[in-house]
Parts: sequence; structure tokens; C-alpha cells
Amino acid sequence: MSKQLRINPILCKAHGVCAELLPELIGLDPWGYPLLPQRPVPSDLESLARRAVAHCPALALILEPVPTGGVRG
Amino acid sequence: MIRARTATREGSTRAGAFDTGRSAVTVEMTGKAAETGPPGAATVPRVLPPVPVHGLREHDERHAKVRYHGEALIAEVERSGLAGRGGAAFPAGKKLRSVRERAGRRNAVVVANGMESEPVSVKDASLLARAPHLVLDGIGLAAEAVRAEAAYLCVRRPAQVEAVSEAVAERAGRDQVPVTVVLVPERYVASAETSLVRYLTGGPALPTFGPRPHERGVRGRPTLVSNVETLANVALIGRYGAGWYRAVGAPAAPGSALVTLAGAVCRPGVYEVALGAPVREVIALAGDSAGAADGAAEPAAVLAGGYFGAWLPGGRGLDTPASHPALRAAGASFGAGVFLVLPAGGCGIAETARVVRYLAGQSAGQCGPCGNGLPEMAEALGELAFTGGSGAGRATRLLRELCGFVTGRGACHLPDGVAHLVTSALRVFADDVRRHEREPCAGARGRAAFWIPGEVGS
Repeated sequence: MSKQLRINPILCKAHGVCAELLPELIGLDPWGYPLLPQRPVPSDLESLARRAVAHCPALALILEPVPTGGVRG
Repeated sequence: MIRARTATREGSTRAGAFDTGRSAVTVEMTGKAAETGPPGAATVPRVLPPVPVHGLREHDERHAKVRYHGEALIAEVERSGLAGRGGAAFPAGKKLRSVRERAGRRNAVVVANGMESEPVSVKDASLLARAPHLVLDGIGLAAEAVRAEAAYLCVRRPAQVEAVSEAVAERAGRDQVPVTVVLVPERYVASAETSLVRYLTGGPALPTFGPRPHERGVRGRPTLVSNVETLANVALIGRYGAGWYRAVGAPAAPGSALVTLAGAVCRPGVYEVALGAPVREVIALAGDSAGAADGAAEPAAVLAGGYFGAWLPGGRGLDTPASHPALRAAGASFGAGVFLVLPAGGCGIAETARVVRYLAGQSAGQCGPCGNGLPEMAEALGELAFTGGSGAGRATRLLRELCGFVTGRGACHLPDGVAHLVTSALRVFADDVRRHEREPCAGARGRAAFWIPGEVGS
């Protein structure tokens, strides 16, 4: 089952840890807030994604199953 | 008894693949005649009575008895195609059903949204003032249908609390679930569904990120948050049924809607119209451009949907049907039914700059992209509108970038709305943008056409 990354924008405080740990998928906007891919996490990057989720100081990063409607646009 | 008279009128060409040739249906309700004027959009007295109906007895005399309750009411609302009137146009029947399905043992909650944070909109305030019992009927029927244990009506003015509380008191014993009238602190984002849920659960009136209210809302209960106009329509559908509701409007956009007409018009105010009538005819209800020398100058553009809406170009653009799907397809918006008319000679870039400056100040500040992006957009727009010159091209490129950065990255849709507004301005006023690269136009240097809360001289 494929997974997607999602940010809780209220909790996120632009620490940038996620972008450090997973530069393959996560970029930063001009203000330091994460830019996520609009597609599911490739399976070979899933364990790294899980690590990024665990290391977010604000607990703002979420890894969840892709909903039936497809990746959240 | 309901009798319907129809006057058919050949439709003119529309921008888009929507139905042509609407019949202007006037509906008589319990003997009170409807207003019809010359051919074209007419006002339709459905939720908004021609004269205010304050008393409960007067209200009961105006309307037939309710026929549909509970599950039957939900089915009727689904068949009617009633779309929410708070701006999102979510199907009302679907929402009712979602909450009912989740209610089960954990009783549901109904929240009637009368906040109307869109500054130019006054339709909800008018409805609450002129037909409070119709709204309260709608709340009662919705509460019954979703098996609610509590019902709230949220407003932002103390005078509204007083007036509606009087109506609630008059109904003592009539409603299964008594309505608690709640005064909510006023700000733009306070009218978002999750803001109201948060406030009623004991927090600030600011949006949240997480489960939708119909799943987990007030105190964790499945919550129906509905605009007061939507609930007023539910109260009518509960009496007259889906067929009656659909007798007016367009197949893709059935029924009537309250609109607020403002800007360069002679008679700004609230009008109830059949959905799908061309925007040109809707705004004509408020009379010709105020202040135009010959009194019949075409508007330069219309801000459809208010501050949370987007621009519709003048000329052919005004042939667009006034409905959610048609306006969305035209790059604009129906939103909460606000149509702000920009007069010939007005500057859409300047008006947009003022609106975005206001909206940037209204950000809850909870989400980085919005809290950072919106003020930067306001600054770039201000540069484009009022400074002009060589910086204008740079400002335009920056604006497009910023629209991309803020969309879909907040807890609520304020940033998305602003991005949509700005994108539409850059498209509709592309000529003005180029002109501003030399210097701001006369319109930008003149008086504001639109009123902005808190701004002097607008």
C-alpha cells in the first residue's frame, strides 16, 4: 500500500529537519517551510520518510496511506 | 398553496457550455405576490420575504406546514440539489447524510453559520433580520434529521444576538433541540467551519487542521456546519419539496440564491435571484453604474464572489451565468454571492491591491506560507498598482511565484482564495499590468471603488 507525506501547517515551525533528512523528496520554500512531492513516497525511500517523521521537532510531518481519491493535490 | 407562473425568454449566448434560455419563474407563496420587472433577472421571494417577518405567528401564516422530516427530509434535500450557501457550494444533502451516518450513539451537533466574514456581504445579516424563524426552522429540521443533541447559531454582532434570541424565546417548546445563540469574535477566518467548531469547543475562533467537522467537530461529535441561508432553504424544501426548489434556477445550479450587489451600482443591497441568470442581468437589478456620466457605462469588470472571489471581465464576461459551476469555469467565483462592480475607468489592479492588503492582515498567522506569503503578495501588488515603472514587471513575476507557494499549504483556504484572486487580476487586467510598467493609470491614482474595512477614504 503506497504512502504519502503530509504536513500539519499549523504545527510546522520551519525547523527544516525533514528537508535535511529527505532531500530526495522534500524541498524548502523561500521562508523555510517544506515543499512536499505531489506523488506517493517510492517504496525504497519509505524507511527514510519514517525517520524524517520521527525527527520532526514539531511533530508536524505525517506519513499516511494514500486516500482512495489519490494523492492530495 | 403554491402556484407558479412562467414567462419564457430566449436565452442569449453564454460564455461556456451551460444552458441557454432560462424561464423566469415567479412563485406565489400563500397569497403574497412576487416581484416581477421587465424581462431579465427578477427577484424571487423565497427565503427573503418582501417585507420582514419577525413574529412567529406571521411566519406560520406565510408558510405551509412542514411535510418532510428526518430521513425523508435528507432525501428531499439530496434530490433538490441544494448547494451550500457559505461559499464552498458543498451539496447540502450529502453533508446532512454524512453527519447522520456518523451520529449513531455519539449524538451530533448542528452549527448554523451566520458569521458572514466576507466584508461586502450582507445577505446573511439581512436574512437573519427579515426571516429569523425560517432560519430557526431550518436549524430545527437539520437537528432532527442528523439526530443532534445541541444546536448553535453563530453571529458576530451583539445586535444580532439580541434580535435572534428574541425569536428563539418566542419558539419556546417548539424545537426539540433549543438553539443557543453565540457571539463569536469578529475576524475574516472566524467564519471557517473549523474555526467555529474550535470556538464552540472552548478554543479561539481560528481554523484547525485535522478531521473535518462532519467526522469530529464540537466536543468531538459529528457536526453539521451550515450557512444560515442554506438552512433557510432546507426549511422551505421541508415544506414544498425538491421539485418546487428546482422549479427556479438552472439544471446544474438549481434554486434561488441571495446576492449582495455593491460597488458602482445605484442601489447596493441584497437581492434574491434565480441561479443561472447572466451576471449582467443580476447586477442590473441594482441599477446602472453610480456616478457614470451617461448613467449607462458598462462596468470594466466585476469581482464575483467578493474578496474571496475572483475577477470577471466586463463585456462578454458579464454574460456568464451567475452560478457556481459557470463562474468557476470562467475563472471567477460565486462564493457567498457577492458581486462588486468596478466602474469603467476604475483600476482592477489597485482594487485588488487594497483587498489583498486587507486579507493579508486577516491571516491567522498559524501557517508559515500564508503568514509570510500574503504580506509579500500585498507588497508586490502595491508596487504594481501604485508605484509602477520598471519594478512592475518584477512584481508581476514575483506575484505568480507567490501564488504557487501559498496555494494548498495552509490549514484553511484563505491563501488559496488570495492566490486565485491575484491570478484572475493578472489575467483580466493584463493590459493594465502592461500600462503600469510605464506608470500607474489614472484609475489607480483616483479614489477607491471598493470599500475596505478600516481604510480611510474608501
